[in-house]
Amino acid sequence: MEILEYAFMQRALLAAVLVGITAPAVGIYLVQRRQALMGDGIGHVAMTGVGLGFLLSTSPVWMATAVAIVGAVIMELIRWYGKTRGDIALAMLFYGGMAGGVMFINLAPGGSNANLQSYLFGSLSTVSEEDVTAICLLAAFVVLVTVGLRRQLFAVSQDEEFARVTGLPVRALNLLTAVTAAVTVTVAMRVVGLLLVSALMVVPVAAAQQLTRSFAATFAVSVAIGVAVTIGGTATSYYQDVPPGATIVLLTIGVFIALTVLATPLARRRARAAAAAAASDPAECAVPAQPAAKG
Amino acid sequence: MTKTDPGEAVISLRKVTAELGSRPVLRGIDLQVGRGEVVALLGANGSGKSTAVRTVIGQVPVSGGEIEIFGAPRRRFRDWARVGYVPQRTTAAGGVPATISEVVASGRLSRARFGILGRADRAAVARAIDLVGLADRAKDSVNALSGGQHQRVLIARALASEPELLIMDEPMAGVDLASQEVLAATLREQVAKGASVLLVLHELGPLEPLIDRAVVLRDGCVTHDGPPPRAVGQHALPGHDHVHPHTADAEPVRTGLLT
Repeated sequence: MEILEYAFMQRALLAAVLVGITAPAVGIYLVQRRQALMGDGIGHVAMTGVGLGFLLSTSPVWMATAVAIVGAVIMELIRWYGKTRGDIALAMLFYGGMAGGVMFINLAPGGSNANLQSYLFGSLSTVSEEDVTAICLLAAFVVLVTVGLRRQLFAVSQDEEFARVTGLPVRALNLLTAVTAAVTVTVAMRVVGLLLVSALMVVPVAAAQQLTRSFAATFAVSVAIGVAVTIGGTATSYYQDVPPGATIVLLTIGVFIALTVLATPLARRRARAAAAAAASDPAECAVPAQPAAKG
Repeated sequence: MTKTDPGEAVISLRKVTAELGSRPVLRGIDLQVGRGEVVALLGANGSGKSTAVRTVIGQVPVSGGEIEIFGAPRRRFRDWARVGYVPQRTTAAGGVPATISEVVASGRLSRARFGILGRADRAAVARAIDLVGLADRAKDSVNALSGGQHQRVLIARALASEPELLIMDEPMAGVDLASQEVLAATLREQVAKGASVLLVLHELGPLEPLIDRAVVLRDGCVTHDGPPPRAVGQHALPGHDHVHPHTADAEPVRTGLLT
């Protein structure tokens, strides 16, 4: 395999696989709590971190991680206390984050929006040795949380009010979800880019749902789809010289459409099976037994 | 064991007040549930009955008064495995498919250390599903269920921790007749085993024979505490279905990002 001979492609592929695992692993909880766009918001906020990283000449990945975590925690706090004006506060946070990123990177010595481009849409050739170390550490954290605490996160994401009555530390778990999502955004930033991160958190989960009935299976299938599309997209990007982020996202949407089409007969069969199973509670109106007419 | 011995109260609210926004919803209510007692909390929409149970579980903060669960102040109460809660829901489904088993298993987490479910825990989950008559569908997705079956899943989830106290917020709302009978039978069984129950109800309905005492709320105040009120007039007719539009101000606007 020619693609594996170059050190930069080895790094890019390793990063891609880790993104393929972590993004759907966190995304499934966001989709479950119907916050599918949370990842997108965090991506916007993380741009300020990238800009700050350039401005202060520190690692943009670690700086983006720090800023994304702060942003995610603020979003979670707005969700607790914000109530009615919450969505406007969130909008300001998102656009403020994006504007901050553009501003800081322009102020940075020798900085221009060209540098930002690779963070916004992903780039294979720029994944450095240092980035790979950061990505590996962050990915390990994400896997540990999303797999190790799956029952707790499932309960909180399914029904927060009920989870509180099982004695789970609901607020701590919500914050942990937000932090884990923020970390995932920065893991994925180098490969798919900040603006497309959210797609990889949401679309594999949506695609997996076409086939699955259980949460466990949805988790496994969406991670499998994530890994398949990130490897496929990275390889395509290398051979065809197209941007990796866009390739991966379009590939994921392709998988979603393909599975939706394939799953239609499956869904029909399941509906019939369900109707048969529900035969004890009749689905159709039964004619009530009439007393025999006299005479 | 006397039923209303105050020393034996499993839930006790004294002079509890609560606001939603700046609007007072509870204006100082007293409510006791004795051990082994089945208490129905009745009232019109907006009377504060749901808010009252949600202060008990800590979902709505109180602005005054005291709440005790099993004799402990609510803030210090940690033994949540003894409480089974059925929130007011029309669905047990989330944004991702989940099987009945998976949803009910989350009710067992209060007894499972570090979220690890052992053999005994899995058996308890299976038992809870069996109690509501869904054993043959345990591996099915909750998305495939009818409204009444969703409610049965929510009740199985509450029963999974084998609680001594059940708190149910309108468990009969939107439930078909077959499921109502299953729910009434399940509840009867729990009460026979000694469970205490606090039920929020819109009307007494098929659960009426089980209810020891009714507390009626109106505008955040208790207006009746005693034997269940008898239905009169048209409401007493068999098969009377109490249907009327619910007020729109009960539900806050949801934007998706915030929920």
